[in-house]
Amino acid sequence: MSAIHVDIVSAEGHIHSGEATMIFAPAKMGELGIAPRHAPLLTSLKPGTLRVQQADGTELAFFVGGGILEVQPHLVTVLADTALRAKDADENAALKAKQTAEEKLGKAAGPLDLAKAQNELVEAAARLEFVQKINKITR
Amino acid sequence: MAGAKEIRTKIKSVKNTQKITRAMEKVAMSKMRRAQERMSLARPYAEKIRRTLGHLSQANLEYKHPFTVGREVKKVAYLVVSSDRGLCGGLNVNTFRAVTRDVREWKAKGVEAEFALIGNKAQAFFKRMGGKVLGTVGNLGDKPTIEQLLGTIKVLSDAYRNGEVDRVYLVSSKFVNTMTQQSTIQQLLPVEPVKTDGLLSHWDYLYEPDSVELMDTVLQRYIESQVYQGLIENVACEQSARMVAMKAATDNAGKIINGLQLVYNKARQANITKELSEIVGGAAAV
Repeated sequence: MSAIHVDIVSAEGHIHSGEATMIFAPAKMGELGIAPRHAPLLTSLKPGTLRVQQADGTELAFFVGGGILEVQPHLVTVLADTALRAKDADENAALKAKQTAEEKLGKAAGPLDLAKAQNELVEAAARLEFVQKINKITR
Repeated sequence: MAGAKEIRTKIKSVKNTQKITRAMEKVAMSKMRRAQERMSLARPYAEKIRRTLGHLSQANLEYKHPFTVGREVKKVAYLVVSSDRGLCGGLNVNTFRAVTRDVREWKAKGVEAEFALIGNKAQAFFKRMGGKVLGTVGNLGDKPTIEQLLGTIKVLSDAYRNGEVDRVYLVSSKFVNTMTQQSTIQQLLPVEPVKTDGLLSHWDYLYEPDSVELMDTVLQRYIESQVYQGLIENVACEQSARMVAMKAATDNAGKIINGLQLVYNKARQANITKELSEIVGGAAAV
């Protein structure tokens, strides 16, 4: 059985690197299974569990908070996000940077952002699911 | 013995200063080690995203993202990375000097410059110097995260997208080794094409959801990782520069103490000699 090399990295550290027979990733449009010799693919990830099936049958699970997945026929690269991302959260941060520039001590006391809260909820739910799965495996 | 007491207090105060600088040196040393570790941790991501971007630029993409297309330069922006605190030798000064030199060169060509600042020292400097500041963030601490930078990066990329600036540079210190830090200016936007070793020339990705959005995400992440890399490298530079500066300060304090000790001993000796001669003179008179 052929294998595919997988690299998982985040901006704040290297997470995993090794051979795999199958990879399951939480892509934006739905769960994705990647076998060796998959066609080149580029997709963004949503928060969830990334599973890597190894040649000896064991399965590794990683939590990703979003990011980018790149597939080349013999290589899978996962660029995981560590930061919590939402379009409006970025917008708010930009506003804040501008304000501090203007008054040096301005605080963006904006109202709680709905999109940001939703994103947080999705991530928290995904994290919870992940933890539950891990518990089941170890039990 | 009027002078002797003064000298003694002076020696004591220099000794106290020496204690402080020595402690700062030790702290900076351990912090530098951790900062270097973080620096090497961030490297894989930077390499991988660079590789992905290289692949992406070779894929047959009909869409050209604005971030990859250069245009005539009428206005430039600098993202200046500095430390939050001082007492780290010439680190920030060198960075600011590099910026002002570059700005002057652009000005000679009739190009205006704007700034975005990371770190308290840059804020203080540009407050004095003037110049239009687009966005700023400070008080990042020793363990900066990407989240803290997003706002400032967004301000710059928006300005670039809207055509307010035509080129963005990142100015930061590169960690050469413990003794040497190099201030560098690197181009952030437009993104310079990444060279990769040959892949087949006729292929394209499957994109999910669509290529435009993905291209945008990849480029944005790439820029963020570049800035983050620059910042943590700057933190490592700051700690090593501080370590060297504090070592020099400790050594200097030692030299001053030696000098003062010598003066003190001489004064004491002179006093004794004087007293002796007085006694001898007094005895001779009797």
